[in-house]
Amino acid sequence: MTRLTPSTKSVALHIGVVLALLALNFLLPEYHRGVFARVLVLAVFAMGYNLAFGYTGLLSLGHAMFFAAGLYGAGLTIYHLEWSVWPAFGAGLAAGVVVALVVGFLALRTTGVAFMIVTLMFAQVFYLMTLYFTTYTRGEEGLVLPQETRVLGFPGGMLDLSDPSTRYLVALSLFAIVLAAILFLVRAPYGRSLIAIRENEERMRMLGYNVFVNKLMAVVLSGLFCAASGAAYAVLFGYVGSGFAAIQYSILPLLWVLVGGAAATLGPLIGTLFMFYVIDTASSYTTAHLMVVGLVLIGVILFFPKGIIGTVRERWLPWLP
Amino acid sequence: MAAVKPLLETHGLGRSFGGLRAVDGVDFSLPEGETHAIIGPNGAGKTTFVSLICGRVAPTDGRVVFDGKDISLMPAHKRVRAGIAYTFQITSVFANLTAFDNVALAVQRQLIDDHERGLSSRALTEHGMDALQKVGLGGYADKVAGNLSYGHQRLLEVAMGLALRPRLLILDEPTQGLSDSEIENFIALVRQIGEEATVLLIEHNMDVVMALAERITVMEQGRILAQGAPAEIRANQAVQQAYLGG
Repeated sequence: MTRLTPSTKSVALHIGVVLALLALNFLLPEYHRGVFARVLVLAVFAMGYNLAFGYTGLLSLGHAMFFAAGLYGAGLTIYHLEWSVWPAFGAGLAAGVVVALVVGFLALRTTGVAFMIVTLMFAQVFYLMTLYFTTYTRGEEGLVLPQETRVLGFPGGMLDLSDPSTRYLVALSLFAIVLAAILFLVRAPYGRSLIAIRENEERMRMLGYNVFVNKLMAVVLSGLFCAASGAAYAVLFGYVGSGFAAIQYSILPLLWVLVGGAAATLGPLIGTLFMFYVIDTASSYTTAHLMVVGLVLIGVILFFPKGIIGTVRERWLPWLP
Repeated sequence: MAAVKPLLETHGLGRSFGGLRAVDGVDFSLPEGETHAIIGPNGAGKTTFVSLICGRVAPTDGRVVFDGKDISLMPAHKRVRAGIAYTFQITSVFANLTAFDNVALAVQRQLIDDHERGLSSRALTEHGMDALQKVGLGGYADKVAGNLSYGHQRLLEVAMGLALRPRLLILDEPTQGLSDSEIENFIALVRQIGEEATVLLIEHNMDVVMALAERITVMEQGRILAQGAPAEIRANQAVQQAYLGG
């Protein structure tokens, strides 16, 4: 019998997860398929956040602005400029990268608590801008993208993104691409550098690394993934509003990553899924659902101090990436 | 005989912390290939002095010249790439990574510099294992660094320095906390390193200093008190006073 190396095992596991999610498209009842599609898109947001927070150790409280940059980059170009989905998605990604580059360049001059505050302030500025330009964004009320604009052109035909099955499969494709990218990144030498920067920045400097540039690249990549999530959200669910730029959308990815497991590739998916269903289940029984959510979170912290995947890895499966 | 070209020079190098003059106008010259020890009582400014050389601390005045180039304004990470490696006085390995990953971080930086791109994982493994074997940690590659004994962590620290293939290796109190037998191995190791690189060593253990150093600089209160071959330093009146408080 041949023993599997940790690396083959982890690649097999990730492929298995994606295949299982693919099967769920055909097995899940309609309502839950809708929930899963949303979770998959938001898990991409959490994976982007995990790259900055989990791997590089940058605790940002402003990631809503990267998500919203993608959301508005895609939504506004479709709504006002009548772009089709592909270029609009590209505009969303570009917006995310530009915002991440500028904010990262300025905010990375600080560390720790100051970094949290600076990113929070930038995100507030972004949020207030979406309200200020209400002529174009319609603020909190937001824009609804007409169904006929939400079609994805292919050489062989068109995909209607408002169709539940198509929506699920497109969300899964994006999720699989980003998951593969993150898995590749963290196993590559660059991923090791990011983790080492989180562990001991001064030592990295004395190994000849330009720590600032490495961190800036991590923020830009993180911003890119978060923007991809936002842009996909706009075209798949057809709604673009200021609420997605507000502070709770900076805190949610942090929560999802902490619950699922920071610096674990599958942590963001598990955390996002778990939190969605806890809130969903609790709110179907009581209006005081936030109290239930709070209790569940206390339980998670008590029994899974490193997040669900993080603790599973520590106790049972050390090869998990 | 032509004078050996100095690899490192400092001119009037100084650093103040508030009112304290930690390093005070030091003129220093280190020929290529020499193993040089800096000794002196606690607080003499030894660590600050080498920190100025490797760029961890910015000077308030004076210049640092490395290989004929003024590097006074060069950031630390560029000085490392130019060939100055520093091993920390307080062991500063990445405790949660394996021993191999620790040296791999140094090697991959080095490989990226050499070929820009195309970092092959085989070269990475080879160079990394090579550095571990040089310090005798070949069998500990997969061990998590934080679980290694203190002596082994110190060796790992040196292996990381070696993996950078420096022209100047600065060792800041490398034998602190090591047992006698570990110190003996360490002396042999530094001797071996000294054949390829210039070594600047801060050390309190006089046996180590006498065994390794070709020349010695004695610092006191931020200044150079004396400089010379080991025998001269041993006989120097001022040095004896500084050390014995006479």
